[in-house]
Amino acid sequence: MAAIMPEPGSKVIVCDGNEAAAWGAALSRPDMVAVYPITPQSSLAEKISQFIADGIIDAELMDVEGEHSVLSVLQGACLAGARTYTASCGQGLAFMFEPYWRTPALRLPIVMSIVTRDGISPQCVWGGQQDAMTVRETGWIHMYCETVQEVLDTVVMAYKIAEHHDVMLPVSVCHDGNYLSFGSVRAELPHQTEVDDFLGEKNVNWHVALDPDRPMAVDPLTGGASGPGPSLFVRYRKGLCEGMQNALRVITEVHEEWSRRFGRYHAPLVESYRMDDAGYAVMTIGSMSGAGKDAVDAARERGEKVGLVKVKTFRPFPAQAVADALARVTAVGVVDRSVSFGWNSGPLCQETRCALYSSPRHISVASFIGGLAGADITVKHFDRVIRDTAERARGAPISGPAWLNESD
Amino acid sequence: MAGGILAAALVKEGKHVVAIPSFGFERRGAPVAAFLRFDERPIRAMTNIYEPDVILCIDPTVSRTVDVFAGMRRAGVLVQTTHLPLERLALPDELARVGLCDAVAIALKIFKRPITNTVMLGAYSRATGHVSLEALREAVEESEFRDAGLSQNLEALQRGYEETRVHELPEREVA
Repeated sequence: MAAIMPEPGSKVIVCDGNEAAAWGAALSRPDMVAVYPITPQSSLAEKISQFIADGIIDAELMDVEGEHSVLSVLQGACLAGARTYTASCGQGLAFMFEPYWRTPALRLPIVMSIVTRDGISPQCVWGGQQDAMTVRETGWIHMYCETVQEVLDTVVMAYKIAEHHDVMLPVSVCHDGNYLSFGSVRAELPHQTEVDDFLGEKNVNWHVALDPDRPMAVDPLTGGASGPGPSLFVRYRKGLCEGMQNALRVITEVHEEWSRRFGRYHAPLVESYRMDDAGYAVMTIGSMSGAGKDAVDAARERGEKVGLVKVKTFRPFPAQAVADALARVTAVGVVDRSVSFGWNSGPLCQETRCALYSSPRHISVASFIGGLAGADITVKHFDRVIRDTAERARGAPISGPAWLNESD
Repeated sequence: MAGGILAAALVKEGKHVVAIPSFGFERRGAPVAAFLRFDERPIRAMTNIYEPDVILCIDPTVSRTVDVFAGMRRAGVLVQTTHLPLERLALPDELARVGLCDAVAIALKIFKRPITNTVMLGAYSRATGHVSLEALREAVEESEFRDAGLSQNLEALQRGYEETRVHELPEREVA
């Protein structure tokens, strides 16, 4: 057999992104899992439940009546010191919104997968990043994966990032509904003992562990305009912002350590692909990036000086890394899989414009929106992005967003 | 699920694979599609396929409602379940090879239901040579089939392989 050798100690499996996420969670040895099924996350919920039933994961599985309860029971478990996992998306995430908001400010290092799904209406059940993008401003760390292998690896890394004492924040590991959730590939499953070594001794909630012998009130009424309220509230908000900024460093360190231990490097914040001599760039997020790289390779063959910048970490936004990656280009075409309704562009495009504001010279930023509600973003779509961005690099004016699937 | 088994078999033979099913409100009897790429090198594009080299059609009636040949590349291969002989099929000029297997009859015999998936994996192996019957057998053994279901599917695979007629077509002008 013409073997492609896996890293020593790891095992080759063939799985989709939902199973990869379940394996990532299993290897991280959670104490409690709560999930409520929703398309396209359902097979993940089934897989992780099966792992618990089969004894592959020694965790308690909470069957609750909906996503609001899912995250609420995990908050209780996490406050008591448990390592926790869940997964949701779309309308499930919408129903989870109230406890989702509460989690970061409680500084609970919960890890969840968002199997990203477009928002309704129109009624749809397919992929798109509108759900995760809608909750980008709640204080969770958000990382978007490109490949199935990256889903598996990132779920494990997420625990190390979330539980780091300089961070102490929940992490959503986002993988695209449909193309990653159901796309099956060859993947490597790391050995349990090596993951145990990587994660170290479990110390999940050292700062506010619930203990019957040491009763305390958690999250009492805080704020207002008098007494200690204003300054106390600021302390919490400021601390959360500091944790987010620390996360930029910790995410990078954890990805580097993963690479050393497991031989697979995933760019932690921003990946620059063929950017060294690029005159203009395409920017991507998530599973579309592979087709984007293929299109860049083809354009390079035609003599185009184009590169690709992929954002993995969207929260905290790696503004400096984005500005550095794009420092030498004259134009960038940003492809979003979601819509910023208020800005008539995609959210990644909008934030890239913001990150480039401090740049000493003007960089033209064009918005492309594609892959909504399960639509595909192919090499051909990227050919158009590259062509249009080259026009911008030559000074063509930018109008509203280009909708990549408008004529499909 | 057939896509997953084929992917697993190809990986056993050292290939890189991306298998993407179509998605929506799948229900038994409705037309569905799945897309699979394999290569010696890692595959980056996580997209559907619009210009297939091979079409594996596991239902004899689906071509009445879906143009299964849309985007077909030249010198393509069709692996089709049918009880009809080659002469009775309306085939596009792009095809260079056709593998025909009466998978419905085989499935009715083995499963008492027209579930043609594993039969047609055997047919695919025979008609394309992309993957060995042995690797497919191992992948079926490692899948979620158990007991009687497993032995039935192994038999279906074997019979699909053995009972597929492969026709090489002469090169024709493509309109």
